[in-house]
Amino acid sequence: MKLKHLNLAYTLLSTQYALMLEYRAEIFLWAISGILPLIMYGIWSEAGVSIGLGIDSKWLFSYFVSAFIVRQFTAVWVMVSFEEDNLEGRLSPYLLQPIYPFWRYFSSHVAEQITRLPFVLLILTIIFIFNNQLFWFPSPFKVFLSIIAIFIAFTVRFLLHWIFAMICFWNDRASAIERLLLLPYLFLSGLVAPLDTFPEPIKNIALLTPFPYVLSFPAKLLAGHNVDIFNGFLNLILWAFVFFIIGFWAWKKGVRHYSGMGA
Amino acid sequence: MPIISARSVSKIYKVSEKAPGLKGTLKHFFERRIRIIKAVEQLNFEISKGEIVGFIGSNGAGKTTTLKMLCGLIHLSSGSIEVAGHNPEQRDRNFLRQITLVMGQKQQLIWDLPPMDSFRLNAAVYGLSDRETKRRINELSTMLELDNELYRPVRKLSLGQRMKAELLASLLHRPTVLFLDEPTLGLDINSQIRVRQFLAEYNYKYGATILLTSHYMGDITSLCKRVLLIHDGKLFYDGLLSDLTNKLSPYRLVKLSLTDSDSAHFVSQFGQLVEYDDHLVKLLIARENLTEVLTTILNQFKVKDIEVTDPPIEQLIGKLLKSGNI
Repeated sequence: MKLKHLNLAYTLLSTQYALMLEYRAEIFLWAISGILPLIMYGIWSEAGVSIGLGIDSKWLFSYFVSAFIVRQFTAVWVMVSFEEDNLEGRLSPYLLQPIYPFWRYFSSHVAEQITRLPFVLLILTIIFIFNNQLFWFPSPFKVFLSIIAIFIAFTVRFLLHWIFAMICFWNDRASAIERLLLLPYLFLSGLVAPLDTFPEPIKNIALLTPFPYVLSFPAKLLAGHNVDIFNGFLNLILWAFVFFIIGFWAWKKGVRHYSGMGA
Repeated sequence: MPIISARSVSKIYKVSEKAPGLKGTLKHFFERRIRIIKAVEQLNFEISKGEIVGFIGSNGAGKTTTLKMLCGLIHLSSGSIEVAGHNPEQRDRNFLRQITLVMGQKQQLIWDLPPMDSFRLNAAVYGLSDRETKRRINELSTMLELDNELYRPVRKLSLGQRMKAELLASLLHRPTVLFLDEPTLGLDINSQIRVRQFLAEYNYKYGATILLTSHYMGDITSLCKRVLLIHDGKLFYDGLLSDLTNKLSPYRLVKLSLTDSDSAHFVSQFGQLVEYDDHLVKLLIARENLTEVLTTILNQFKVKDIEVTDPPIEQLIGKLLKSGNI
Protein backbone atom coordinates (compact mmCIF):
# COMPACT_ATOMS: atom_id res chain seq x y z
CA MET A 1 0.00 0.00 0.00
CA LYS A 2 1.43 3.35 -1.03
CA LEU A 3 1.84 6.26 1.39
CA LYS A 4 -0.81 8.31 -0.41
CA HIS A 5 -3.32 5.46 0.04
CA LEU A 6 -2.57 5.39 3.76
CA ASN A 7 -3.01 9.15 3.87
CA LEU A 8 -6.31 8.82 2.02
CA ALA A 9 -7.53 6.10 4.42
CA TYR A 10 -6.51 8.22 7.42
CA THR A 11 -8.14 11.39 6.02
CA LEU A 12 -11.36 9.56 5.10
CA LEU A 13 -11.57 8.05 8.55
CA SER A 14 -10.69 11.23 10.46
CA THR A 15 -13.15 13.32 8.43
CA GLN A 16 -15.92 10.80 8.94
CA TYR A 17 -15.04 10.61 12.63
CA ALA A 18 -15.30 14.41 12.91
CA LEU A 19 -18.70 14.17 11.23
CA MET A 20 -19.87 11.34 13.50
CA LEU A 21 -18.87 13.34 16.59
CA GLU A 22 -21.37 15.95 15.43
CA TYR A 23 -24.02 13.24 15.74
CA ARG A 24 -22.80 11.75 19.06
CA ALA A 25 -26.20 12.03 20.80
CA GLU A 26 -27.81 10.11 17.94
CA ILE A 27 -25.09 7.46 18.09
CA PHE A 28 -25.61 7.06 21.85
CA LEU A 29 -29.29 6.36 21.20
CA TRP A 30 -28.37 3.87 18.47
CA ALA A 31 -26.03 2.12 20.93
CA ILE A 32 -28.83 1.83 23.48
CA SER A 33 -31.25 0.59 20.84
CA GLY A 34 -28.96 -2.39 20.17
CA ILE A 35 -29.69 -4.11 23.48
CA LEU A 36 -31.79 -6.90 21.96
CA PRO A 37 -29.23 -9.59 22.98
CA LEU A 38 -29.47 -8.36 26.58
CA ILE A 39 -33.25 -8.65 26.44
CA MET A 40 -32.86 -12.14 25.01
CA TYR A 41 -30.55 -13.02 27.90
CA GLY A 42 -33.26 -11.92 30.33
CA ILE A 43 -35.86 -14.07 28.57
CA TRP A 44 -33.61 -17.15 28.32
CA SER A 45 -32.40 -17.01 31.91
CA GLU A 46 -35.91 -16.53 33.29
CA ALA A 47 -37.53 -19.19 31.10
CA GLY A 48 -35.11 -21.87 32.26
CA VAL A 49 -35.24 -23.50 28.84
CA SER A 50 -31.49 -23.78 28.75
CA ILE A 51 -31.24 -26.13 31.75
CA GLY A 52 -32.34 -29.11 29.69
CA LEU A 53 -29.76 -28.22 27.08
CA GLY A 54 -26.88 -28.21 29.54
CA ILE A 55 -26.37 -24.46 29.35
CA ASP A 56 -25.93 -22.55 32.60
CA SER A 57 -26.69 -18.89 33.27
CA LYS A 58 -23.00 -17.90 33.20
CA TRP A 59 -22.74 -19.37 29.68
CA LEU A 60 -25.88 -17.51 28.62
CA PHE A 61 -24.68 -14.26 30.17
CA SER A 62 -21.27 -14.34 28.50
CA TYR A 63 -22.85 -15.36 25.18
CA PHE A 64 -25.51 -12.66 25.03
CA VAL A 65 -23.25 -9.90 26.36
CA SER A 66 -20.68 -10.88 23.71
CA ALA A 67 -23.46 -10.93 21.11
CA PHE A 68 -24.38 -7.42 22.25
CA ILE A 69 -20.77 -6.29 21.71
CA VAL A 70 -20.56 -7.96 18.28
CA ARG A 71 -23.87 -6.43 17.21
CA GLN A 72 -22.71 -2.97 18.29
CA PHE A 73 -19.67 -3.18 16.04
CA THR A 74 -21.27 -4.88 13.06
CA ALA A 75 -24.18 -2.46 12.57
CA VAL A 76 -24.69 -1.64 8.87
CA TRP A 77 -26.99 0.96 7.29
CA VAL A 78 -25.35 1.39 3.90
CA MET A 79 -28.54 0.54 2.00
CA VAL A 80 -30.40 3.45 3.58
CA SER A 81 -27.61 5.99 3.09
CA PHE A 82 -26.86 4.83 -0.45
CA GLU A 83 -30.54 5.07 -1.37
CA GLU A 84 -30.76 8.60 0.07
CA ASP A 85 -27.60 9.70 -1.73
CA ASN A 86 -28.89 8.22 -4.97
CA LEU A 87 -32.30 9.87 -4.70
CA GLU A 88 -30.99 13.26 -3.63
CA GLY A 89 -28.13 13.45 -6.12
CA ARG A 90 -25.36 13.34 -3.52
CA LEU A 91 -23.86 10.37 -5.32
CA SER A 92 -22.93 12.51 -8.32
CA PRO A 93 -19.90 14.28 -6.78
CA TYR A 94 -18.70 10.91 -5.42
CA LEU A 95 -18.85 9.44 -8.92
CA LEU A 96 -16.76 12.26 -10.30
CA GLN A 97 -13.82 11.66 -8.01
CA PRO A 98 -11.12 9.05 -8.62
CA ILE A 99 -12.08 6.85 -5.67
CA TYR A 100 -14.49 3.91 -5.52
CA PRO A 101 -17.45 5.37 -3.54
CA PHE A 102 -17.58 2.11 -1.56
CA TRP A 103 -14.73 3.43 0.62
CA ARG A 104 -16.65 6.54 1.64
CA TYR A 105 -19.50 4.46 3.04
CA PHE A 106 -17.18 1.88 4.56
CA SER A 107 -15.13 4.55 6.34
CA SER A 108 -18.26 6.28 7.62
CA HIS A 109 -19.34 2.98 9.23
CA VAL A 110 -15.92 2.43 10.80
CA ALA A 111 -15.90 6.03 12.09
CA GLU A 112 -19.32 5.47 13.61
CA GLN A 113 -17.99 2.40 15.43
CA ILE A 114 -15.10 4.42 16.88
CA THR A 115 -17.58 7.06 18.06
CA ARG A 116 -19.80 4.35 19.52
CA LEU A 117 -16.98 2.68 21.48
CA PRO A 118 -17.13 4.85 24.66
CA PHE A 119 -20.92 4.48 24.82
CA VAL A 120 -20.64 0.70 24.50
CA LEU A 121 -18.00 0.63 27.25
CA LEU A 122 -20.31 2.67 29.47
CA ILE A 123 -23.23 0.28 28.89
CA LEU A 124 -20.93 -2.71 29.54
CA THR A 125 -19.69 -1.17 32.79
CA ILE A 126 -23.28 -0.77 33.99
CA ILE A 127 -24.07 -4.38 33.01
CA PHE A 128 -21.07 -5.72 34.91
CA ILE A 129 -21.81 -3.62 38.00
CA PHE A 130 -25.23 -5.26 38.27
CA ASN A 131 -24.03 -8.77 37.30
CA ASN A 132 -20.54 -8.96 38.77
CA GLN A 133 -21.01 -12.58 39.84
CA LEU A 134 -21.31 -13.57 36.16
CA PHE A 135 -18.20 -11.64 35.11
CA TRP A 136 -15.78 -13.55 32.87
CA PHE A 137 -12.24 -12.89 31.70
CA PRO A 138 -11.46 -13.97 28.14
CA SER A 139 -7.76 -14.51 27.43
CA PRO A 140 -5.98 -11.55 25.73
CA PHE A 141 -5.31 -13.83 22.73
CA LYS A 142 -9.05 -14.61 22.41
CA VAL A 143 -9.86 -10.92 22.75
CA PHE A 144 -7.39 -10.15 19.98
CA LEU A 145 -8.89 -12.86 17.74
CA SER A 146 -12.39 -11.64 18.58
CA ILE A 147 -11.55 -8.08 17.51
CA ILE A 148 -10.30 -9.38 14.16
CA ALA A 149 -13.35 -11.66 13.80
CA ILE A 150 -15.72 -8.80 14.63
CA PHE A 151 -14.08 -6.56 12.02
CA ILE A 152 -14.29 -9.26 9.32
CA ALA A 153 -17.87 -10.01 10.37
CA PHE A 154 -18.68 -6.33 9.96
CA THR A 155 -17.00 -6.37 6.54
CA VAL A 156 -19.07 -9.39 5.48
CA ARG A 157 -22.31 -7.74 6.60
CA PHE A 158 -21.29 -4.48 4.92
CA LEU A 159 -20.48 -6.22 1.64
CA LEU A 160 -23.76 -8.14 1.70
CA HIS A 161 -25.72 -4.92 2.23
CA TRP A 162 -23.62 -3.16 -0.41
CA ILE A 163 -24.68 -5.76 -2.98
CA PHE A 164 -28.34 -5.10 -2.21
CA ALA A 165 -27.74 -1.33 -2.12
CA MET A 166 -26.74 -1.60 -5.79
CA ILE A 167 -30.39 -2.37 -6.58
CA CYS A 168 -30.93 1.40 -6.12
CA PHE A 169 -29.49 1.83 -9.61
CA TRP A 170 -32.46 -0.07 -11.04
CA ASN A 171 -35.11 0.61 -8.41
CA ASP A 172 -35.21 3.87 -6.45
CA ARG A 173 -36.44 2.26 -3.25
CA ALA A 174 -34.14 -0.64 -2.47
CA SER A 175 -33.84 -0.14 1.28
CA ALA A 176 -37.01 -2.19 1.84
CA ILE A 177 -34.81 -5.22 1.16
CA GLU A 178 -32.98 -4.43 4.38
CA ARG A 179 -36.10 -5.54 6.28
CA LEU A 180 -36.04 -8.77 4.32
CA LEU A 181 -32.41 -9.38 5.25
CA LEU A 182 -33.12 -8.69 8.90
CA LEU A 183 -35.26 -11.81 9.26
CA PRO A 184 -32.63 -14.48 8.43
CA TYR A 185 -30.04 -12.41 10.27
CA LEU A 186 -32.13 -12.35 13.45
CA PHE A 187 -32.87 -16.07 13.47
CA LEU A 188 -29.87 -17.69 11.81
CA SER A 189 -27.09 -15.58 13.31
CA GLY A 190 -27.73 -16.63 16.88
CA LEU A 191 -28.99 -13.26 17.97
CA VAL A 192 -32.35 -14.45 19.28
CA ALA A 193 -31.22 -17.93 20.34
CA PRO A 194 -27.73 -19.48 20.53
CA LEU A 195 -27.06 -21.84 17.65
CA ASP A 196 -26.31 -24.60 20.19
CA THR A 197 -30.00 -24.67 21.06
CA PHE A 198 -31.11 -25.20 17.43
CA PRO A 199 -32.30 -28.63 16.25
CA GLU A 200 -29.43 -30.26 14.35
CA PRO A 201 -30.97 -30.06 10.80
CA ILE A 202 -31.77 -26.32 11.21
CA LYS A 203 -28.35 -25.67 12.67
CA ASN A 204 -26.75 -27.38 9.66
CA ILE A 205 -28.79 -25.24 7.27
CA ALA A 206 -27.86 -22.08 9.21
CA LEU A 207 -24.18 -22.97 8.95
CA LEU A 208 -24.45 -22.97 5.16
CA THR A 209 -25.32 -19.26 5.30
CA PRO A 210 -23.03 -16.38 6.33
CA PHE A 211 -25.25 -15.36 9.24
CA PRO A 212 -23.84 -17.54 12.08
CA TYR A 213 -20.31 -16.40 11.23
CA VAL A 214 -21.14 -12.71 11.53
CA LEU A 215 -22.54 -12.98 15.06
CA SER A 216 -22.45 -16.36 16.75
CA PHE A 217 -18.82 -17.15 15.86
CA PRO A 218 -17.22 -13.89 17.12
CA ALA A 219 -19.56 -13.81 20.13
CA LYS A 220 -18.59 -17.33 21.21
CA LEU A 221 -14.94 -16.52 20.64
CA LEU A 222 -15.21 -13.46 22.88
CA ALA A 223 -17.26 -15.33 25.46
CA GLY A 224 -14.51 -17.96 25.66
CA HIS A 225 -16.81 -20.81 24.54
CA ASN A 226 -15.71 -23.80 22.52
CA VAL A 227 -15.60 -22.80 18.87
CA ASP A 228 -13.82 -23.97 15.73
CA ILE A 229 -11.59 -20.94 15.19
CA PHE A 230 -10.11 -22.07 11.88
CA ASN A 231 -13.49 -22.92 10.36
CA GLY A 232 -14.99 -19.65 11.63
CA PHE A 233 -12.29 -17.47 10.11
CA LEU A 234 -12.21 -19.51 6.91
CA ASN A 235 -15.94 -18.99 6.42
CA LEU A 236 -15.74 -15.28 7.21
CA ILE A 237 -12.92 -14.75 4.71
CA LEU A 238 -14.65 -16.83 2.03
CA TRP A 239 -17.94 -14.98 2.41
CA ALA A 240 -16.11 -11.64 2.38
CA PHE A 241 -14.32 -12.62 -0.82
CA VAL A 242 -17.50 -13.85 -2.55
CA PHE A 243 -19.49 -10.76 -1.54
CA PHE A 244 -16.67 -8.43 -2.57
CA ILE A 245 -16.59 -9.93 -6.06
CA ILE A 246 -20.39 -9.81 -6.43
CA GLY A 247 -20.52 -6.27 -4.99
CA PHE A 248 -17.90 -4.98 -7.38
CA TRP A 249 -19.62 -6.65 -10.33
CA ALA A 250 -23.02 -5.22 -9.26
CA TRP A 251 -21.44 -1.77 -8.99
CA LYS A 252 -19.98 -1.98 -12.49
CA LYS A 253 -23.32 -3.09 -13.91
CA GLY A 254 -25.43 -0.71 -11.85
CA VAL A 255 -23.51 2.51 -12.32
CA ARG A 256 -24.36 2.36 -16.04
CA HIS A 257 -27.97 2.86 -15.04
CA TYR A 258 -27.32 5.87 -12.81
CA SER A 259 -29.73 8.60 -13.82
CA GLY A 260 -28.24 11.44 -11.79
CA MET A 261 -31.57 12.16 -10.16
CA GLY A 262 -31.83 15.38 -8.23
CA ALA A 263 -28.49 16.57 -9.53
CA MET B 1 -7.76 19.69 -31.83
CA PRO B 2 -10.93 20.03 -29.75
CA ILE B 3 -10.81 19.12 -26.06
CA ILE B 4 -14.54 18.36 -26.02
CA SER B 5 -16.37 16.80 -28.92
CA ALA B 6 -19.91 15.48 -29.05
CA ARG B 7 -21.07 13.54 -32.10
CA SER B 8 -24.74 12.69 -32.70
CA VAL B 9 -25.35 12.53 -28.97
CA SER B 10 -28.83 11.49 -27.88
CA LYS B 11 -30.30 10.61 -24.51
CA ILE B 12 -33.65 8.97 -24.00
CA TYR B 13 -35.32 8.58 -20.59
CA LYS B 14 -38.17 6.35 -19.60
CA VAL B 15 -40.46 7.93 -17.01
CA SER B 16 -43.61 6.56 -15.44
CA GLU B 17 -46.56 8.90 -15.28
CA LYS B 18 -49.32 8.96 -12.71
CA ALA B 19 -52.66 10.73 -12.79
CA PRO B 20 -53.54 12.63 -9.59
CA GLY B 21 -55.94 11.31 -6.94
CA LEU B 22 -56.80 7.86 -5.57
CA LYS B 23 -58.03 6.56 -8.90
CA GLY B 24 -54.78 7.58 -10.55
CA THR B 25 -52.78 6.00 -7.74
CA LEU B 26 -54.59 2.66 -8.01
CA LYS B 27 -54.30 2.65 -11.78
CA HIS B 28 -50.61 3.50 -11.46
CA PHE B 29 -50.14 0.62 -9.02
CA PHE B 30 -51.58 -2.00 -11.37
CA GLU B 31 -50.55 -0.57 -14.69
CA ARG B 32 -47.58 1.71 -15.09
CA ARG B 33 -47.78 4.16 -17.95
CA ILE B 34 -44.29 4.67 -19.29
CA ARG B 35 -43.41 7.66 -21.41
CA ILE B 36 -40.25 7.97 -23.45
CA ILE B 37 -38.62 11.37 -23.19
CA LYS B 38 -36.00 12.49 -25.65
CA ALA B 39 -33.90 14.68 -23.38
CA VAL B 40 -31.19 15.29 -25.98
CA GLU B 41 -31.32 14.60 -29.70
CA GLN B 42 -28.47 14.40 -32.21
CA LEU B 43 -26.23 16.94 -30.51
CA ASN B 44 -23.03 17.84 -32.38
CA PHE B 45 -20.43 20.34 -31.22
CA GLU B 46 -16.75 20.78 -30.51
CA ILE B 47 -15.01 22.98 -27.96
CA SER B 48 -11.36 23.96 -28.14
CA LYS B 49 -8.92 24.10 -25.27
CA GLY B 50 -9.20 27.29 -23.23
CA GLU B 51 -12.60 28.33 -24.60
CA ILE B 52 -15.40 29.58 -22.35
CA VAL B 53 -18.67 28.52 -23.91
CA GLY B 54 -22.12 29.44 -22.68
CA PHE B 55 -24.73 26.72 -22.84
CA ILE B 56 -28.12 28.36 -22.87
CA GLY B 57 -31.70 27.25 -23.15
CA SER B 58 -34.92 27.20 -21.17
CA ASN B 59 -35.65 24.84 -18.28
CA GLY B 60 -35.83 21.23 -19.45
CA ALA B 61 -34.03 22.00 -22.72
CA GLY B 62 -31.40 19.33 -22.04
CA LYS B 63 -28.49 21.43 -20.75
CA THR B 64 -27.91 19.58 -17.47
CA THR B 65 -28.41 16.19 -19.14
CA THR B 66 -25.72 17.12 -21.66
CA LEU B 67 -23.34 18.23 -18.92
CA LYS B 68 -23.93 14.96 -17.06
CA MET B 69 -23.10 13.00 -20.20
CA LEU B 70 -19.99 15.08 -20.85
CA CYS B 71 -18.60 14.33 -17.42
CA GLY B 72 -19.58 10.65 -17.54
CA LEU B 73 -22.24 10.72 -14.83
CA ILE B 74 -24.88 9.28 -17.12
CA HIS B 75 -24.56 7.13 -20.19
CA LEU B 76 -25.54 8.09 -23.71
CA SER B 77 -28.42 6.42 -25.55
CA SER B 78 -26.52 6.90 -28.81
CA GLY B 79 -23.65 8.87 -30.26
CA SER B 80 -20.21 9.46 -28.84
CA ILE B 81 -18.41 11.94 -26.63
CA GLU B 82 -14.73 12.60 -26.13
CA VAL B 83 -13.43 14.85 -23.38
CA ALA B 84 -9.70 15.45 -22.87
CA GLY B 85 -8.98 12.38 -24.99
CA HIS B 86 -11.20 10.09 -22.92
CA ASN B 87 -14.57 8.47 -23.23
CA PRO B 88 -16.32 9.92 -20.15
CA GLU B 89 -18.49 6.82 -19.69
CA GLN B 90 -15.45 4.78 -18.70
CA ARG B 91 -14.77 7.22 -15.83
CA ASP B 92 -11.07 6.59 -16.14
CA ARG B 93 -9.09 8.01 -13.18
CA ASN B 94 -6.94 10.17 -15.45
CA PHE B 95 -10.10 11.61 -16.96
CA LEU B 96 -11.68 12.31 -13.56
CA ARG B 97 -8.51 14.14 -12.48
CA GLN B 98 -8.92 16.55 -15.40
CA ILE B 99 -12.55 17.53 -14.99
CA THR B 100 -14.97 18.99 -12.49
CA LEU B 101 -18.69 19.55 -12.37
CA VAL B 102 -20.11 22.34 -10.23
CA MET B 103 -23.84 22.42 -9.76
CA GLY B 104 -25.35 25.55 -8.28
CA GLN B 105 -28.26 23.69 -6.77
CA LYS B 106 -26.25 20.79 -5.33
CA GLN B 107 -23.30 20.65 -3.04
CA GLN B 108 -20.40 18.34 -2.37
CA LEU B 109 -19.22 20.03 0.83
CA ILE B 110 -19.92 18.15 4.06
CA TRP B 111 -22.83 20.07 5.56
CA ASP B 112 -21.96 19.77 9.25
CA LEU B 113 -18.22 20.37 8.99
CA PRO B 114 -16.20 23.43 7.97
CA PRO B 115 -15.22 23.59 4.26
CA MET B 116 -11.59 22.98 5.28
CA ASP B 117 -12.47 19.37 6.16
CA SER B 118 -13.97 18.81 2.70
CA PHE B 119 -10.90 20.40 1.08
CA ARG B 120 -8.57 18.15 3.11
CA LEU B 121 -10.56 15.11 2.01
CA ASN B 122 -10.58 16.17 -1.64
CA ALA B 123 -6.84 16.80 -1.49
CA ALA B 124 -6.28 13.26 -0.16
CA VAL B 125 -8.52 11.79 -2.87
CA TYR B 126 -6.43 13.54 -5.54
CA GLY B 127 -3.16 12.65 -3.81
CA LEU B 128 -2.02 16.22 -3.11
CA SER B 129 0.69 16.78 -0.51
CA ASP B 130 -0.10 18.88 2.59
CA ARG B 131 2.16 21.66 1.35
CA GLU B 132 0.60 21.75 -2.11
CA THR B 133 -2.91 21.61 -0.62
CA LYS B 134 -2.18 24.61 1.62
CA ARG B 135 -0.69 26.53 -1.28
CA ARG B 136 -3.69 25.88 -3.53
CA ILE B 137 -6.23 26.67 -0.81
CA ASN B 138 -4.45 29.97 -0.11
CA GLU B 139 -4.32 30.84 -3.78
CA LEU B 140 -7.94 29.97 -4.55
CA SER B 141 -9.33 31.49 -1.36
CA THR B 142 -7.56 34.77 -2.18
CA MET B 143 -9.02 34.72 -5.68
CA LEU B 144 -12.46 33.98 -4.27
CA GLU B 145 -12.15 36.39 -1.32
CA LEU B 146 -12.73 33.66 1.25
CA ASP B 147 -11.06 33.74 4.65
CA ASN B 148 -12.47 32.84 8.08
CA GLU B 149 -15.52 31.27 6.45
CA LEU B 150 -13.40 28.22 5.72
CA TYR B 151 -13.36 27.30 9.40
CA ARG B 152 -17.11 27.60 10.01
CA PRO B 153 -19.53 24.71 9.45
CA VAL B 154 -20.95 24.80 5.93
CA ARG B 155 -24.50 25.03 7.29
CA LYS B 156 -23.60 28.38 8.91
CA LEU B 157 -22.37 29.97 5.67
CA SER B 158 -24.36 32.27 3.43
CA LEU B 159 -25.33 31.01 -0.02
CA GLY B 160 -22.63 33.14 -1.66
CA GLN B 161 -19.91 31.93 0.73
CA ARG B 162 -21.05 28.36 0.24
CA MET B 163 -20.92 28.64 -3.54
CA LYS B 164 -17.41 30.08 -3.41
CA ALA B 165 -16.34 27.26 -1.08
CA GLU B 166 -17.95 24.77 -3.49
CA LEU B 167 -15.90 26.23 -6.32
CA LEU B 168 -12.75 25.97 -4.24
CA ALA B 169 -13.47 22.33 -3.39
CA SER B 170 -14.16 21.54 -7.04
CA LEU B 171 -11.03 23.23 -8.33
CA LEU B 172 -8.53 22.11 -5.72
CA HIS B 173 -7.19 19.39 -8.03
CA ARG B 174 -6.80 22.07 -10.73
CA PRO B 175 -9.01 20.57 -13.43
CA THR B 176 -8.57 21.71 -17.00
CA VAL B 177 -12.17 21.11 -18.07
CA LEU B 178 -14.90 22.76 -16.02
CA PHE B 179 -18.59 21.96 -16.37
CA LEU B 180 -20.55 24.59 -14.51
CA ASP B 181 -24.30 24.25 -14.09
CA GLU B 182 -25.84 27.47 -12.80
CA PRO B 183 -22.84 28.44 -10.66
CA THR B 184 -24.37 31.77 -9.64
CA LEU B 185 -27.86 30.49 -8.88
CA GLY B 186 -29.46 32.46 -6.07
CA LEU B 187 -26.41 34.66 -5.45
CA ASP B 188 -26.66 38.40 -4.88
CA ILE B 189 -25.24 40.69 -7.54
CA ASN B 190 -21.88 41.21 -5.78
CA SER B 191 -21.32 37.50 -5.35
CA GLN B 192 -22.31 36.90 -8.97
CA ILE B 193 -19.73 39.42 -10.13
CA ARG B 194 -17.04 37.91 -7.86
CA VAL B 195 -17.73 34.40 -9.17
CA ARG B 196 -17.61 35.61 -12.79
CA GLN B 197 -14.32 37.42 -12.19
CA PHE B 198 -12.93 34.33 -10.53
CA LEU B 199 -13.89 32.09 -13.45
CA ALA B 200 -12.32 34.50 -15.94
CA GLU B 201 -9.12 34.59 -13.85
CA TYR B 202 -9.04 30.80 -13.54
CA ASN B 203 -9.53 30.40 -17.28
CA TYR B 204 -6.74 32.90 -18.01
CA LYS B 205 -4.31 31.51 -15.44
CA TYR B 206 -4.69 27.79 -16.19
CA GLY B 207 -5.98 27.82 -19.76
CA ALA B 208 -9.01 25.89 -18.55
CA THR B 209 -11.91 25.08 -20.83
CA ILE B 210 -15.28 26.08 -19.37
CA LEU B 211 -18.74 25.03 -20.43
CA LEU B 212 -21.23 27.08 -18.48
CA THR B 213 -24.99 26.99 -18.17
CA SER B 214 -26.80 29.88 -16.56
CA HIS B 215 -30.16 31.54 -16.57
CA TYR B 216 -28.42 34.78 -15.62
CA MET B 217 -27.47 36.22 -18.98
CA GLY B 218 -24.95 38.42 -17.15
CA ASP B 219 -22.84 35.28 -16.60
CA ILE B 220 -22.96 34.47 -20.30
CA THR B 221 -22.39 37.97 -21.64
CA SER B 222 -19.49 38.70 -19.31
CA LEU B 223 -17.70 35.36 -19.80
CA CYS B 224 -18.62 33.73 -23.08
CA LYS B 225 -17.81 34.83 -26.62
CA ARG B 226 -19.39 31.69 -27.96
CA VAL B 227 -22.74 30.16 -27.04
CA LEU B 228 -24.60 26.95 -27.70
CA LEU B 229 -28.36 27.47 -27.71
CA ILE B 230 -30.34 24.31 -27.03
CA HIS B 231 -34.09 23.90 -27.22
CA ASP B 232 -36.13 20.71 -26.71
CA GLY B 233 -32.89 18.72 -26.70
CA LYS B 234 -31.77 20.00 -30.09
CA LEU B 235 -28.94 22.36 -30.81
CA PHE B 236 -30.41 25.48 -32.31
CA TYR B 237 -27.38 27.72 -32.49
CA ASP B 238 -23.61 27.31 -32.14
CA GLY B 239 -21.56 30.44 -32.70
CA LEU B 240 -20.56 33.86 -31.46
CA LEU B 241 -22.84 35.56 -29.00
CA SER B 242 -22.59 38.80 -31.01
CA ASP B 243 -23.78 37.00 -34.16
CA LEU B 244 -26.69 35.56 -32.23
CA THR B 245 -27.62 39.07 -31.15
CA ASN B 246 -27.58 40.19 -34.77
CA LYS B 247 -29.69 37.24 -35.81
CA LEU B 248 -32.20 37.70 -33.04
CA SER B 249 -32.47 41.42 -33.45
CA PRO B 250 -31.91 43.03 -36.86
CA TYR B 251 -32.29 46.37 -35.07
CA ARG B 252 -30.09 48.67 -33.03
CA LEU B 253 -31.30 50.69 -30.09
CA VAL B 254 -30.79 54.45 -30.58
CA LYS B 255 -31.17 56.86 -27.66
CA LEU B 256 -31.52 60.52 -28.71
CA SER B 257 -31.49 63.51 -26.39
CA LEU B 258 -33.00 66.49 -28.23
CA THR B 259 -32.64 70.19 -27.55
CA ASP B 260 -36.20 70.97 -28.54
CA SER B 261 -38.90 68.84 -26.93
CA ASP B 262 -41.31 69.50 -29.81
CA SER B 263 -38.97 67.69 -32.21
CA ALA B 264 -39.27 64.46 -30.24
CA HIS B 265 -42.62 63.64 -31.73
CA PHE B 266 -41.29 63.99 -35.29
CA VAL B 267 -38.09 62.05 -34.60
CA SER B 268 -40.09 59.13 -33.23
CA GLN B 269 -41.40 58.47 -36.75
CA PHE B 270 -37.96 57.44 -38.02
CA GLY B 271 -38.02 54.04 -36.32
CA GLN B 272 -39.87 51.69 -34.00
CA LEU B 273 -40.59 53.73 -30.86
CA VAL B 274 -39.47 52.16 -27.61
CA GLU B 275 -39.69 55.11 -25.22
CA TYR B 276 -40.68 58.74 -25.56
CA ASP B 277 -40.23 61.21 -22.75
CA ASP B 278 -40.04 64.97 -23.29
CA HIS B 279 -36.52 65.51 -24.76
CA LEU B 280 -35.57 61.81 -24.78
CA VAL B 281 -36.48 59.34 -27.55
CA LYS B 282 -35.53 55.66 -27.77
CA LEU B 283 -35.93 54.05 -31.17
CA LEU B 284 -35.23 50.68 -32.75
CA ILE B 285 -33.74 51.26 -36.19
CA ALA B 286 -32.98 48.53 -38.73
CA ARG B 287 -29.24 47.85 -38.92
CA GLU B 288 -29.05 48.31 -42.72
CA ASN B 289 -30.70 51.77 -42.55
CA LEU B 290 -28.90 53.01 -39.45
CA THR B 291 -26.38 55.37 -41.06
CA GLU B 292 -28.88 56.81 -43.46
CA VAL B 293 -31.57 57.42 -40.82
CA LEU B 294 -29.13 58.91 -38.29
CA THR B 295 -27.74 61.28 -40.95
CA THR B 296 -31.27 62.47 -41.73
CA ILE B 297 -32.10 63.00 -38.04
CA LEU B 298 -28.86 64.88 -37.38
CA ASN B 299 -29.47 67.10 -40.42
CA GLN B 300 -33.07 67.92 -39.57
CA PHE B 301 -33.08 68.20 -35.76
CA LYS B 302 -30.91 69.62 -32.98
CA VAL B 303 -29.48 66.63 -31.16
CA LYS B 304 -27.72 67.12 -27.78
CA ASP B 305 -26.56 63.53 -27.30
CA ILE B 306 -26.77 60.23 -29.13
CA GLU B 307 -26.15 56.62 -28.04
CA VAL B 308 -26.36 53.51 -30.25
CA THR B 309 -26.43 50.07 -28.59
CA ASP B 310 -27.63 46.53 -29.17
CA PRO B 311 -30.86 45.63 -27.40
CA PRO B 312 -30.04 43.64 -24.19
CA ILE B 313 -29.27 40.03 -25.19
CA GLU B 314 -31.07 38.66 -22.13
CA GLN B 315 -34.25 40.29 -23.34
CA LEU B 316 -33.80 38.91 -26.84
CA ILE B 317 -33.04 35.34 -25.80
CA GLY B 318 -35.63 35.48 -23.04
CA LYS B 319 -38.24 36.57 -25.57
CA LEU B 320 -37.14 33.86 -27.98
CA LEU B 321 -37.27 31.08 -25.40
CA LYS B 322 -40.56 32.31 -24.01
CA SER B 323 -42.16 32.32 -27.42
CA GLY B 324 -40.74 28.86 -28.16
CA ASN B 325 -40.50 30.04 -31.73
CA ILE B 326 -37.06 28.58 -32.41
